[in-house]
Order: sequence, then C-alpha cells, then structure tokens
Amino acid sequence: MSRRVGMEASFAIAEAVKLAEAEVVAAYPITPQTHIVERLSEMVADGEIDAEFICVESEHSAMSACVGSSAVGARTFTATAGQGLELMHEVLFVASSSRLPIVMAVANRALSGPLNVWGDQSDVMAARDCGWIQYFAENAQESFDLTLCAFKIAEDPQVLFPVMLNIDGFFVSHVVEPLYLLEKEELEGFIPPYQYPFPLDPRRPVTMGAFAPPVLCTETRKALEVALQGTRETILRVWKEFGDRFGRSYKPIETYRTEDADTILVGIGCYTETASVAIDTMRARGEKVVMVHLRLWRPFPFPEIRAALQGAQKVLVFDRCIILGGPGGPLCSEIKSALYGEEKKPKIFNFIGGLGGRDITPRQFEDMIARGREILDSKVTVEYETIGVRE
Amino acid sequence: MIEVRIHGRGGQGAVTSAEMVALAAISEGKYAQAFPSFGPERRGAPVLAFVRVSSDPIKLRCDIREPDVVVVLEPALITVANATSGVKKGGLIIVNTGKPVAQIKQEFSLTHRTAVVDATKIAREVLGLPITNTTMIGALVKATGIVALDSLVEPLNHRFGRLAAKNIQVCQRAYEETIVEE
Repeated sequence: MSRRVGMEASFAIAEAVKLAEAEVVAAYPITPQTHIVERLSEMVADGEIDAEFICVESEHSAMSACVGSSAVGARTFTATAGQGLELMHEVLFVASSSRLPIVMAVANRALSGPLNVWGDQSDVMAARDCGWIQYFAENAQESFDLTLCAFKIAEDPQVLFPVMLNIDGFFVSHVVEPLYLLEKEELEGFIPPYQYPFPLDPRRPVTMGAFAPPVLCTETRKALEVALQGTRETILRVWKEFGDRFGRSYKPIETYRTEDADTILVGIGCYTETASVAIDTMRARGEKVVMVHLRLWRPFPFPEIRAALQGAQKVLVFDRCIILGGPGGPLCSEIKSALYGEEKKPKIFNFIGGLGGRDITPRQFEDMIARGREILDSKVTVEYETIGVRE
Repeated sequence: MIEVRIHGRGGQGAVTSAEMVALAAISEGKYAQAFPSFGPERRGAPVLAFVRVSSDPIKLRCDIREPDVVVVLEPALITVANATSGVKKGGLIIVNTGKPVAQIKQEFSLTHRTAVVDATKIAREVLGLPITNTTMIGALVKATGIVALDSLVEPLNHRFGRLAAKNIQVCQRAYEETIVEE
C-alpha cells in the first residue's frame, strides 16, 4: 500500500530513483547541487540501492559519465541546478542526439550574474533547445510520480530520448510536505527492464556519436526533430497508464477553473500553484479568470495550448526568466508563436517576475491579472512588464 | 490554515524545528509545509524558517509575510530581525525568555498577544546546551495546539536518534512551563 509521508521533494525524487532501480548515478557534489544526489549517495553507501555512484569533478563530466553509462545499457540518473546545468550544456546535446535515455532532475535556479543561488527558470530555458524531453513538477507528489514516469518514457523503444524533470529550486526542492510514496510491489511491471537496442559492447562493436558531414547532417537533425516530436504519444500514454494504475493523472497542460473564461493566466512551474490561490479569490468576486499551466515543455504542447487559449479574450503569460535582448519571457514567446497562425486569437501580454528567488504572493498575482487586463484594454506599448521591479 | 515564522540564528536549528512540526502535522493526516529562508546561511546570522499547517491541501509557494504566529529563539532577534513584522491582527508572539510576559512586551513594545518560556534554561538543564529549537516546539504546541505533543515523538526519534529522548523531554517541559497571555 502507498504510504503517506512528509518529505522534501528532493528526497521524494531520490526515493523514486531507488524504486526505479537506477544502476548509475553520476553527479558533482557542489553548490548548486540538491539533496537529491546527497540522498542517493547515502542510499548507495548504505546498500539501499544497487547502483554505482560516480562522483565526478564537474557537471560537464557528470553528464559525460551519464552518456557513457547509458550507452552501455545501464539505467542512469543525475541531478543538477542552475550553473551546473549550463556547464553540462555541450553534453546535453550529445545525450539527446545519441538517443540515450538518461533521466535528470533539475532544481531550477538563476544563472550568474549577479551570483545568485536562488530559484528561477533561467537555467532550463537556456537549455530548452538541447533535444531532451522536458517537463515540470510543481510539488513533491508530482516530483515523485513524474520521476518514475521519466524512466518509463525515456527507455520506451519508441522514445529513447533523455528526460529532464524540472522542479523549482527551493520552493519545491527544499519544502517538506506530504506525499504518497509507492511500494516496490505496487510498482511491479510499471518500468520494464532497460534494454538499450545498440549498447556499447566490445563483443559487438557499434559506432556512437559518429561524424556527419554536410551531406548527412541536415537529414540527421531533421530525423532527431521528428523523433522528438514523435515522443508525444508515448509521454501521454505513460502518464495515462500511471493515472490508471495509481490514481494520479498528468496531462501536457493542466487547466484550473476553466468555466466561462474571460482572462487566462498561463504559467509553468510551482508559482502557478500560488497563482491558483489568487484565481480562487478572484472567482469568489465573480471575475472570470482561468489558470493554465504547462507541464510538458518539450516537445511543446502545441495542440493543447491552441485548444485552451484560442477562444479566450485575454491571455496573460507569466515567465520566471528574461530572454536577454529578446522578446521578453520564453514561455510567452512560444505561446505567441503557437497562436500566430490561428484565425481567432486572444490578445496576449507578458509579465516577468520571481527572478533569483523573489517570491510572489497571491495578492501580487491578483494585481498582475488586473494590470494585465488594463493593459490589454488599452494600447500595448511594451513587450512585457516586470512584477515588483524597483526602477 | 495556521502560518508560523520561526526566527533563530544559523546553527540553532530553527529549520529542524519547522520540519518537526510539519512532520507531526502530516502524521496526523493534516497538510503541512516546512521550509527555510533560502540562501547561503552562516552560523550566528539571523535566519528564518516557515511552517504552514492546514486541514486542506496547501498551494502557496511563497514565504510567510503575514504569520499567525512568530516563534523567537532569542529576544534580541525581535529588534535585530524585526521578528514581529507582518504578524496578523490577533496573532501571537512566542519568545524564549526568563522574563514575565508584561516585562518582555514592554521592553520590546510588543502589541500582539505574547507567550514566554525560558527555553534556554530548560535546554541547559536537560540537554546541557543552550540549543532551544526543540524546546520552543513545546512552547508553540502549548500556545497554539498546532499539533498534538504526542505526534512529535516519532519525528524527534527519527531525527535525533540517541539524543531523541532528551529532545522529547525539553519539548514536554516547555509545554508545561510556557506562559501564554490570556
């Protein structure tokens, strides 16, 4: 039977990795790391999990070690955050283009500079084009469930892509809260044994990470894109199967209080939980506001976003990252591009906030929604506004 | 929902006490969150820890700026860390002090209802150390009933191992000795 416990989301992810019987964990134990690998290193040392813990000398090496271990057919996990993800950046592309089903948890944090170890989504957004499946968990329960799903999705023969599970640094990663853990027997058969189709094996030599001259590269990149887009069906199937078996279903986008929409607030990550408290307060006053949060980020959930937003009058998009020198926030940029070709499309405005660990209260979300409606009712003269910024 | 902010100094265990309360609440079937004020904290510097306990799922992912209850591990923090900032009308301040309620209220111009306990004395006598985090949990439980005292036994046992018995004892003593303003 599943057990209700109190636990940090970081530890919950470690529990899921243990249940999934990961065979290799490679990580670099320095700030910004998380309790995820700290707990896993204890589990390995105490013999709770039969895995190799490779303590490497940098995040670049951590992902390189993951590439190697996944290629020989070992179920592989790592975790990182902030600057660590950026140091991995080069190897992230190698992992996805080699179709290696590594699972990685990222506790999203700000990037330097200024030096800041607190949470925002600059790290994942700078890595959004690396060819990984990327999705977000907003609390400890989702972190646990979606880590289990990540192994099943990544290793599915129809997928064979690495999966990045994002949780917001601190406001998810460090919060002790209740969740239900699954027992080993309950999980039986959910994650099949990992069988990489072409493992590195001296007895049966294969070439991996091969050289591709101009005559081949376009086809290879196109094939990679088609394959990544093609993982959708499996992702949806695995989330549904998880729901059917364990009672908690996950979807590419989650919607909250959708009845009778006038204004839709769109976000990604755990601040949408805070925002939904604001939505409740505004609904109680009779305001027709709706919350839409993305769970799936890559492949981008185009059909679901179009279906959810095209009927609305006003859409406000909340980002926890600035694309420097660009159009504002990355989420808003992609929402706009998803809707640009639609005949009927809403007016859209972007807010940016919660950078470098600054929290946002429900009251601030209420003010933001009111301000956004006001802006969209008049003439929009700026790409975005920054919440609470002192200028 | 009850929201608690704990003021301590790095190394005094404020974060641990927040976790103990949350784990006790969760074991009672309630919903709870415990989290620190995040950052590269230093030993001795003022730190914060937060606890939310509710009968319904908690969806807030932000600090507690308007607490129902503030727990102060050391009176100087009332001034140094502005410990009473944002406390709700009708809120409660729980202070580790050997002084009576009226005196501490006057000394720090406290306008909220106040509770006092000499946690340092209890901790010194039982633990042999002036570490008051677990002691102050007893005061919080007495003053608010946020969880049952018994619910803390399991989390304290799990966290403190061979030192658990004494930490449970300080918690119980503080529960008995805390004076809550009417």
